[in-house]
Amino acid sequence: MLSSTFCLFFLSVKALLYSGLDVIQSQSFEERYGGDKRPISILDGIYDIWQEVPRRKNNIMVPSKRVEIDAEYDTVIYWKQRAAHLEKMLEASMQREQLLMEKLQESIKNLEKQSSPVEELSQVLKRADNFLHFVLQTAPVVFGHQDKELRYRFIYNHFPSLQEEDILGKTDVEIFTGSGVKESQDFKKEVMDKGLPAKREITFETELFGSKTFLIYVEPVFSKAGETIGINYMGMDITDQVRKRERMIKIREEIAVQKAKETELNRTIHITEETMRAKQMLATMSHEIRSPLSGVVSMAEILATTKLDREQRQLLDVMISSGDLVLQLINDILDLSKVESAAASLRKILTLEGNVADDVPVEVIGDVLRIRQILTNLISNAIKFTHEGKVGVKLYVVPEPPFAKEGSQNGSAESTANQSTTNVPKEETCTSTSQTSSDQRGFHGKKHEGSCQDRSQSERGTPVTHGTIDVTEEQAELPETTVWIRCDVYDTGIGIPENALPTLFKKYMQVSADHARKYGGTGLGLAICKQLVELMGGRLTVSSQVHCGSTFTFILPYKVSLSCDHSDDPDDDLSDMDDHGATDDDATAGFFQFQPRTLGSLFSSNGSSRTQNLLAHNIGYVNSHKINGFSENCYSFPTSNGQTKEMDLVEDACSVAEALEISPEPESSFSHSPDHDNESAICRDEHHHNVVNAENKVSTRDVSSCSETSREVDVKVKITEPQLPAERQGRSDSGFQSTLNSSREASNSISKPKILLVEDNKINVMVTRSMMKQLGHTIDVVNNGVEAVRAIQYHSYDLVLMDVCMPVMDGLQTTRLIRSFEETGNWDEAAKAGIEKPSPSSDSLQPDCTPPKRIPIIAMTANALSESADECSANGMDSFISKPVTFQKLKECLEQYLP
Amino acid sequence: MEVGQMQRRLVDYTKSLFMEKGFLDAQFLQLQQLQDESNPDFVVEVVSLFFDDSEKLLNDLTMALDQPNVDFKKVDAHVHQLKGSSSSIGAQRVKNACIAFRSFCEEQNIDATLRCLQQVKQEYYLVKNKLETMLRLEQQIVAAGGSIPMIELGF
Repeated sequence: MLSSTFCLFFLSVKALLYSGLDVIQSQSFEERYGGDKRPISILDGIYDIWQEVPRRKNNIMVPSKRVEIDAEYDTVIYWKQRAAHLEKMLEASMQREQLLMEKLQESIKNLEKQSSPVEELSQVLKRADNFLHFVLQTAPVVFGHQDKELRYRFIYNHFPSLQEEDILGKTDVEIFTGSGVKESQDFKKEVMDKGLPAKREITFETELFGSKTFLIYVEPVFSKAGETIGINYMGMDITDQVRKRERMIKIREEIAVQKAKETELNRTIHITEETMRAKQMLATMSHEIRSPLSGVVSMAEILATTKLDREQRQLLDVMISSGDLVLQLINDILDLSKVESAAASLRKILTLEGNVADDVPVEVIGDVLRIRQILTNLISNAIKFTHEGKVGVKLYVVPEPPFAKEGSQNGSAESTANQSTTNVPKEETCTSTSQTSSDQRGFHGKKHEGSCQDRSQSERGTPVTHGTIDVTEEQAELPETTVWIRCDVYDTGIGIPENALPTLFKKYMQVSADHARKYGGTGLGLAICKQLVELMGGRLTVSSQVHCGSTFTFILPYKVSLSCDHSDDPDDDLSDMDDHGATDDDATAGFFQFQPRTLGSLFSSNGSSRTQNLLAHNIGYVNSHKINGFSENCYSFPTSNGQTKEMDLVEDACSVAEALEISPEPESSFSHSPDHDNESAICRDEHHHNVVNAENKVSTRDVSSCSETSREVDVKVKITEPQLPAERQGRSDSGFQSTLNSSREASNSISKPKILLVEDNKINVMVTRSMMKQLGHTIDVVNNGVEAVRAIQYHSYDLVLMDVCMPVMDGLQTTRLIRSFEETGNWDEAAKAGIEKPSPSSDSLQPDCTPPKRIPIIAMTANALSESADECSANGMDSFISKPVTFQKLKECLEQYLP
Repeated sequence: MEVGQMQRRLVDYTKSLFMEKGFLDAQFLQLQQLQDESNPDFVVEVVSLFFDDSEKLLNDLTMALDQPNVDFKKVDAHVHQLKGSSSSIGAQRVKNACIAFRSFCEEQNIDATLRCLQQVKQEYYLVKNKLETMLRLEQQIVAAGGSIPMIELGF
C-alpha cells in the first residue's frame, strides 16, 4: 500500500517535472465510492508534499545567578571581593563557551554526515521508477492523463514512436492522423462529458504505427469540487487477439454454414429417399391397380358386345371411356416413373446402332405390342446405364434353340418351380387334349413338322374352340413356318457385377441400393421383360462385364406367312382380324404363345364341350362381379386380367373353368333352383345372341393377357363360334348339368365342409384355427406342401387355405400338383415330385370314374410383392388372403368359396 | 389396487401400446376377440407360443449369422417365420423390423443383417415386456374378481 501510494505520488511528481509546470502540485488519489460504487479519480488542487522541516526547539535556559558578597559596600574589601568573584564568573563563562564551541563543531560535523531529505527522496523515487519500468517494460500498454482540453499531460508508452515532448501538451488529433484517431478522441470526449468510465475497441490505421487495434479504457478525473478536469486513459494493443478472435468467428461461421448445409443435405437425402420410396410405391400400386381395373374395363367391353338398349349402351360407353381414362392415367404414372429415372441420363451423346441380318424375314407374325415393350425396356435400360459409347440392336435368325426342342421331347420331366415359366408344353397336356376333331387333326398333322409351339398351340386351342392357327382360312391353308429370331441389345455401359446377375430379373430388385438411388426406376422392367419373353416361348439372357457393358439377348419364335401378298398383320389390327374372321366358317383359335401350364390346366381339364365353358363364361362374370363386390381383402382372379381394348381370352377361359367348377354361388349353381335355371337360360340366350351375331359379324375377340407379372403375354386369339345355336344349347345343358350333379353329390356327402389349412407357422395355425372355430368350422392342419398333397390324396376337401412360402414344398408347387391331379385324375406329377401315390384303398376319386372335383385353393400371402397374386393365380390358386389373417377376411373367403 | 383402478390402468396401458408406441396393431384385437368363455386363455396361449417360437427363432438366427459362411436363405427363412408370427399376433414393430431384415437378407449384407438382428431382438424384448405387463395386469384384474375391459380402438 505504501509503495503504491508512493508510486502514484512519484508519478505525479515526475509528470509535473516533465511538464515543467511552475506550480508544484501533488496528486493524491483518494478512493471514493460513488452511487454506483465505482472508484473515481480525484486530483486535488494543491497538496504540499514538501512539508516544512520541523523547527528546532531552543529551550536552553541560561540561569542568571546573582553573586552574594558579604563585605561592606564601597570598601576595598568589597571591591576586592567583587573583582575576585567576577573573575571566577568569567572563567566559568569562558569554559562554557568552550564547551558550546565544541558542541557546535560536533553538530556541524553530524549535520554534514547526515544525507539531505531531497537526496533520500530522490532515491526512493528512483527505485519506484525502476520498479515501474521493470513492471511495464514489456507490457503492451499505453497510459496517460489528458486535461480538460484533452491535451496530454502525462504519457507512458513503452514503444514510443514519438518523444514525449512531441506528445505532451498536444491532443490526439494534433499528434497523429489516420482512421481511428478521431474516434478515439471523440470517445475520450464522450467519457468526459458523461463522467463515466468506459471501454472501447478502436482500430487505428495510421502512418505512425500501421494497423493496430487497441482496447482503450478511459476514465474521467474529477477535482475535489466534483469538476471534471481531465481523463486517465489506458490502451492495450490487442491486434493479435482481435485477429485470432476474428478468425475464430469466421471458423465458427463456416462451421455453422457447414452444419446448415449438412442438415439441408440430409433433409434432401431424406426427401429423395422418401420420393424414391413413394415413387416405387406408386409404381407398385399402379401395377396392382392396373390388373383388376383392366379386368373391369375388359368386362365392360364384353358387355358392350351383348344386346343392350340405347340407354344401357350410353351408360356402358361412359363406363368404358372412364375406365380407359383411368387405365391411361395409371399407365402414365408407370411411364412417368420410368421417364423420371431416365431423365438424369438425358444429356449425353450415345451412338445407337441397328443391325438386321439379311436372313431375317421382312415380315413376321408376332406380338407387336409386347415385343415393342420388351425392346423399349431393354433399350431404355441400355441407354440409362450407358454414359458413353454406344447402344445397339442386332437381329439375326437362329436355328430352333435347344430349350424349345428339349421341351418338345421331354418337357414333362420339368416339374420344378423354377422351370414353371418355360413355355414348353408337357406331354401329358398333349395327350390329354388329344380328342381333337377331325379337321383339327388334319391341321395338326399339317403342323406337325412345325415347331412344338405350333403343335401345342393347335392342341391348346382345340378343346375350347376347335381352333386353328391365328390366321384366316386362306392363311391356314397356306404353308407357314416358325422362325427363331435372336435379338441382341448391347451397350457399352456400366455393366452388371456377377453377383447381381441372379437377382437381375427379380421383381423390384436392382443391382444395388446405390444404383437404385442413382438411376431410379422401379426394378420391374427386366422382370416383366423376362416374363414376357418366356411367355412367348422364348428366352431372355444376359451377359455382362462390369465397366464394359451388357448384352441382353432374347430369342423368340415368330411365324412367317409364306403368302407374300398377305399384308394385314392380324396382330396389329383388330378390325382387320374381324374382317378375316368374317369369312371364316371354321373355328379358328390360334395362340401365338402362352404358358402351357396355366392353359393346359384350363383347357384340358375339362372333358366337356366348349359350350360348357361358354356358358360358364357368363356365370363366371356374374360370379366375379359378386366377388368384387364382396370384399376388398379377398380378391378373385378371374376378372383381374385383360387390358384396355384387349381382352384376355386365355385368362377369361381360365376364369370360366374355375368359376364353373368352384360353383360358389348357391343360387347360380348349387341349389339348382328355378331362379338358377332362369339365370342360366338367360345366359344361354345371351350366348345365342352372340353366336347369331358372330355368324354375321363373327364374334371375334382379340385377346391378350396382361396380367402384369405372370402372364404378360400378348396372346392374340381369334375365336369364332362355328356351331349352330341349337346344338350348342343342347350340349351346354348337358355339360352344365353334369357338373352340377357332381358338385351336388359332393356337397351332400359331406355334412360339414372340410377345410384344410396348409401352414407351417404355429402361431398362424393357432390363430387361424381359432378364428375358424369361431366361424363354426373345424379344420385339418398340415405343415407343408407334401403333407398337404398326402392329405388331399386320402381325403376330399371343400376348401384349402394354403400358405405360399413353406419349407419342404411351397404352396405354389403344391397347388400345381393338386391341379394336375384334378386335370389328369392321377398323381403322376406328385409322384415325380417325390410324393408316393396313394394306396388303392384310399377314397380318392379314380381318374376313370368321375373326374376329381376342383378344390378351391386360397393362397395366404405374406406380402404382395414376392408372393404376388398373379403368381398365385398362375399356379392355379383361386384367390388369396393377405396375411395377417383376420376374421373378416376369413369370413368373406368362406362365404365365397363354401356353399 | 382396487379393481376399477386396475381396469383403468389396463385400458390406458393397452392404449399406449397401440397408439403412442405402435407396439401392437389391430391384429392383436383380433386375438382378443377370439378369446371367449370356451377359450378363456387364448391370448395368453398364443402370446406364450409366440414367445417360445420367437426365442427359438432368434436363437437360430443368432447362430446362423454367427457362421463363417452365412446361409442367407436359411436366415431369410427364419426371419420369414418370425415375420409371420409377429404379424399374426400384431407385434407390429417386430414385423416391421423383420421386413427390413429380409430386404438385407436378399442383399446378403452381413453387417446390415447383424444390425437388423439386434433391432429385431430389441423390438421383440420390448414387446414381450409390454405384453407380459399387460397380461399380468389382466390376470390381476381377473384374480380380484373383475372383468377385462373391452378396449375400443378406432382402427
